[in-house]
Amino acid sequence: MATSFTLNGKPQTVDVSPDMPLLWVLRDTLNMTGTKFGCGMALCGACTVHINGEATRSCITAISSVAGKKVTTIEGLSADGSHPVQQAWMEEDVPQCGYCQSGQIMSAVALLSKKPKPTDADIDDAMSGNICRCGTYQRIRKAIHRAASMQSKA
Amino acid sequence: MATVSAVNRRDFLKTGAAGGVALVVGFHLAPRAFADQAEEQEKKAANPLDAWVRITPDNKVTLILGKSEMGQSVMTSLPMILAEELCVDWKQVKIEQAPTNPKIYDHGTGGSGSVAGSWLPLRQAGAAAREMLVTAAAAHWNVSPDTCKAQDGGVLHGARKNFLTYGELVSDAAKLPLPDFKTVPLKNSNDFTIVGHDMRRVDGREKATGAAKFGLDSRAPGMQYAVIARCPVFGGKVKTFDAAKTKAVPGVRDVFVIEPVGQGAFTAGGVAVLADNSWAAIQGRKALQITWDEGPAASESSASLHQQFLENAAKPGKVVRNDGDAAAALAGASKKIEAIYELPFACHATMEPMNCMVHIRPDGAEAWVPTQAPQWAQQVIAGVAKLPPEKVIVHTTLMGGGFGRRYQADFVMEAAQVAKVSGKPVMVFWTREDDMQHGFYRPASYHHFSGALDAKGNLAAWKHFQTSTSIDAMWSPKGKETPEKSEFATAAFIPYQTPNFRLEYTLANSSVPRAWWRSVEHSSSGFVVESFVDELAAAAGADPLEFRLRVIGDDRKIPDFTNPKEGKPLDTARLKNVLRLAAEKADWSKPLPAGISRGIAGYFSFESYTAAVVEVSVKDGAVNVQRIVYAVDCGRPINPEGVRAQVESAAIYALSATSHDAITIKGGRVEQSNFHDYQMPRMNEAPKTEVHVVMSKEEPTGIGEPGLPVVAPAMCNAIFAATGKRIRRLPIRPEDLA
Repeated sequence: MATSFTLNGKPQTVDVSPDMPLLWVLRDTLNMTGTKFGCGMALCGACTVHINGEATRSCITAISSVAGKKVTTIEGLSADGSHPVQQAWMEEDVPQCGYCQSGQIMSAVALLSKKPKPTDADIDDAMSGNICRCGTYQRIRKAIHRAASMQSKA
Repeated sequence: MATVSAVNRRDFLKTGAAGGVALVVGFHLAPRAFADQAEEQEKKAANPLDAWVRITPDNKVTLILGKSEMGQSVMTSLPMILAEELCVDWKQVKIEQAPTNPKIYDHGTGGSGSVAGSWLPLRQAGAAAREMLVTAAAAHWNVSPDTCKAQDGGVLHGARKNFLTYGELVSDAAKLPLPDFKTVPLKNSNDFTIVGHDMRRVDGREKATGAAKFGLDSRAPGMQYAVIARCPVFGGKVKTFDAAKTKAVPGVRDVFVIEPVGQGAFTAGGVAVLADNSWAAIQGRKALQITWDEGPAASESSASLHQQFLENAAKPGKVVRNDGDAAAALAGASKKIEAIYELPFACHATMEPMNCMVHIRPDGAEAWVPTQAPQWAQQVIAGVAKLPPEKVIVHTTLMGGGFGRRYQADFVMEAAQVAKVSGKPVMVFWTREDDMQHGFYRPASYHHFSGALDAKGNLAAWKHFQTSTSIDAMWSPKGKETPEKSEFATAAFIPYQTPNFRLEYTLANSSVPRAWWRSVEHSSSGFVVESFVDELAAAAGADPLEFRLRVIGDDRKIPDFTNPKEGKPLDTARLKNVLRLAAEKADWSKPLPAGISRGIAGYFSFESYTAAVVEVSVKDGAVNVQRIVYAVDCGRPINPEGVRAQVESAAIYALSATSHDAITIKGGRVEQSNFHDYQMPRMNEAPKTEVHVVMSKEEPTGIGEPGLPVVAPAMCNAIFAATGKRIRRLPIRPEDLA
């Protein structure tokens, strides 16, 4: 069954089983591998994308529910890594293995769009759905504060 | 050991160099951690090269090496060493992953050994290349090499106008004889401008943009995706299966049985479901109707293992070490304490589940493997494909975490078996449930300690009985197991002075697979030794830091008891130094705010020294870790920022096993299945972590793992300070705080 939606600003149509999660459509059908598989149960946040601007776990989001909506993935944040959150991630040397970081960044961008100056408690609330097995949390927190200050100056 | 050769790199690599001429310096990286394995492989190695320096006429400097990047930043730290001796801007150095070549030495990445093992060979290789380039420049100008100097990626003579870049010199340099690595002059460490300085990791950008390719991101034309239904009971097999419903799932292409493989691979076998995409494979597997032959392990449980521990502990174990007469000292002691500690199985839970893509054709095979052991992967695939290893190309991909799990080849074996039948490129991937239920776990262990203090508060006796499920008992050839040598680590040569020391060990049998989990036996040894010392300090009425420093006593070097030939001795001066430094940075001598308590631990592992002060608050049966202050001495730090990152990471990994994680067994199967019942610390639990790095000039040693063993004891010692309760089993349970 064909499903049409907007992916990173461009129209996209896929012809897949309607219950196929967006995660696998992105990764296997569209070959966009920046969005990661971690748990398949919305427990780890590695698959986080934005749907109409909301941070959403793509591993449990059926493609049929995305019809007509705007999907943004890590590849859609910037063409060249210039998004302030990506810049802050590099400057704070956040990634280790890096596998969870697409999801972390997508959660952080969604947080900052709602709360441009998040408190530590805001960060705890918004980011606790994302697991990092390398334990980069302290640097993620710093990077979010850094990105907030970069955006406020921009 | 080192060899240098000037060759056209295209003889070695198919990726294609820009120019035909290149200066290529090959050398052999000494393995430190997997000595037995390495020794075996050395016998097989015809050509002891596993890394190259390459400088091309376009002035690019490339390091090709077989170490695997799993987050530990080895792709940053190793080029820093090379760039230092080469006298280039370290950012000028590019890294290429070595192709796997069976004639080349071990590529294994583990045991916190990459920097320690590469330090000297990389310096020698960089220095050899530098000397050749300087010699070539001197000949060009017809001056003495002594009057020329390498700097900024070129050679300088006199005024700045006599400057040639390495790229300009490479054609001439490649024709020169190769310096002897043993005598090639190395830079004076006082002149280091890269080593010892903070550098950002080289893969930060690709990992912040989603561009980084992990194993699971491997793609090939016409590929299939596959999952395997494995018997949930360890050692069980497929009795019968019905795939009718599976084959009705759109996208499913094939269903077949793969056989379990025993010693070495330890795969479960099962029913493979191949499909056009991952989702169809997962849905197809759900629709399988399988009857399992569960086998004898079905009766095993965590309760039965605990019972076995108790039975083993009721009898004397095999004596591993005996100094003096601990029994007599305990009998006559003025103060005697006993404590029993227990740790469960633990799962690696790498964020990227296991996966491997293999394409087996009649004439050769190609594989994309997120592995810590690419050479082993190559051998496994060659064996299944019935091809010579050199016909198997293994691409080592980035890894979404390793922690020891990716030192195994079980997931490679399965992928090879499936690919052999399919004939197409097949990505065999694991779900999180597969990962939790079919892993290789940190051994479960049980420890009975007895300690005695004399009237002056000195340590009169130390007795440690351990029973555990042992990694060695599973991996060693039958009849050659020596689990008592592999299960104690520093617990067999503690820094605390006592005339009466006794260690006993009894193997506990289990069908649960075990293997190397971040920091391996140190994760349990660190916990029990540093907890029991704290108990002794409390019994002596002493401050925990003061007691440790006093009982460690004078400066001396204590040989590694279980590995005296290869293990570096424990230097008590360095251990005391990190204990004092952590305490000083944490203001140990000053009172804490109300509601906050602290504990300390210091430990030696992977030839490095770590100490941590952990501050906790305990309220309503919940422990909150407020702050961790570390001091670490891993010899000369190559990239202090990378060292801090690794230790911060180990802190969270340790916190996970201290506060949350246990793999428990019932009916011969793992009870946990995903992150809801095997929980990880998240952002809201992450404490402030400070890492103070000793700027040592000693040889560099490991840092990927040494941050881990001190966290559990320091945290539990802090809980004791807060509540008077000793935590003697992990993870911490609310009832143990009550």
